Amino acid sequence: MKYAFFPGCSLESTARPFDLSTRAVCRALGISLEDIPEWVCCGSTPAHASSDSLAIALPALNLQKAQAAGLPVMVACASCYARLRTANHRIVGAPEDRLRAERITGRPYDGDIEVRHVLDVLVNELGPDRIRATVRRPLAGLRVACYYGCLLTRPPEIVAFDDPEHPSGMDELMAAAGAETVDWPFKTECCGASLSMTNSEIVCRLTHRILSMARESGADCLAVACPLCQVNLDLRQADAGKAHGPFRPMPVLYVTQLLGLSLGLSPEALGIGALTVSPRTLLAKCGAVAPAGAGGIA
Amino acid sequence: MTRENSPGKGEEEMTRPIPWNGSRLLEEVQRCSGTLVSACFQCHKCSSGCPIGPEMDFLPSQIMRLVHLGAESEVLASRSIWLCASCEACTTRCPMAIDIAGVMDALRILAIERRIHLPDARGKQFHRSFLGSVRRHGRVYEMGMMAAYKLRIRDLLSDVDKVPQLLAQGKLSLLPDRSGDIRQVREVFRRSEEEDGKP
Repeated sequence: MKYAFFPGCSLESTARPFDLSTRAVCRALGISLEDIPEWVCCGSTPAHASSDSLAIALPALNLQKAQAAGLPVMVACASCYARLRTANHRIVGAPEDRLRAERITGRPYDGDIEVRHVLDVLVNELGPDRIRATVRRPLAGLRVACYYGCLLTRPPEIVAFDDPEHPSGMDELMAAAGAETVDWPFKTECCGASLSMTNSEIVCRLTHRILSMARESGADCLAVACPLCQVNLDLRQADAGKAHGPFRPMPVLYVTQLLGLSLGLSPEALGIGALTVSPRTLLAKCGAVAPAGAGGIA
Repeated sequence: MTRENSPGKGEEEMTRPIPWNGSRLLEEVQRCSGTLVSACFQCHKCSSGCPIGPEMDFLPSQIMRLVHLGAESEVLASRSIWLCASCEACTTRCPMAIDIAGVMDALRILAIERRIHLPDARGKQFHRSFLGSVRRHGRVYEMGMMAAYKLRIRDLLSDVDKVPQLLAQGKLSLLPDRSGDIRQVREVFRRSEEEDGKP
């Protein structure tokens, strides 16, 4: 199994743990990743909210680079994933959009490069059964609330690998890793996304609401698959507590970090130490990492 | 629909009839977003599921209605169009398959094109700073982008407390990481501007 990997800007900065853990997990599971050479930013929300042309052309430019490598694309960031899929959808569906993308990038592209999210590849390509067979240190006793956020499941005609209102792929993956997943109603609620930059008070309200519900539903931690969700839900917990009432901090981990621990990978290789709310005590309890004082993660 | 913490202004405005004013807003929004706003029958499903509803001056379904009515100044100067987080819940749930999040994008683009005085310019300045960084480096250089944004909104201090931690965790870098294809990226920006300028 081989993919052209599109890391995206976040994975080089605030989502470095997602980058580390995605690469480590793929390596351990025999999925080979080759970075798209000289990839550029997908444009994210600022592009689609400012220029329709830019919103198609920047993703198209990256997909053309993948086409040259002759490989399907794998993306980790949910936002990049949605932008690349949207561009393909429009280029395939509307000839005028295809022509516009070609005029802007100066190269032909017919939208036929497949774009998959890492979660989609793990659940639907590799499958929970094969993953279960590879698990060496099951996350026994860990109660995980799987948080899918917005762009992995919406809009379904564009992303389409799970149910838009009741997704289950991440839950299957965490169950295969030996964790117990909780049934909870906020799997696809929005964290506020890039409002973190412009209206952080809204992100604090949403963070407080989501984490309180996860706690109420019996979860010990949250599993996420989007850089913006992770940062908003992890970094803003102290501010959220100040604004909306105190609550017990809850570790927010990338699904690939939790999966990696169950595969027996080291916490360092998965960037476990680079989270704001430390999951160390929690993970030590279920035997996924060495307990405090025994060395290991910060 | 009754809501606690109703912003008030939106609903009050909605009860006052807006006379037909020859506005071509509906047409323009439909052309720019490629979606049929006129199919909206005010079921309010978009508004009930909107995570940002409590902070909005007009709820998404009210924005749809105002677009129908050609209430240009109300829509284009609303806070709502900049508060939309593009979570796509409305687009996903609309029974008439209206791409409501796409309409919000179209309205933001129109508001900038027409140089509307914005009640809060933070959204616009963030997008400008972000795309400026991409144009310069091919990828987002977060430190540079944040600095440019904070200078533009004249708020240097918010979230500065988080920087040392992010630096220590290796999540912010002091220097930009450039894509090797920077000339091509600049060309894409230039040609996109040309395309957007076409009638």
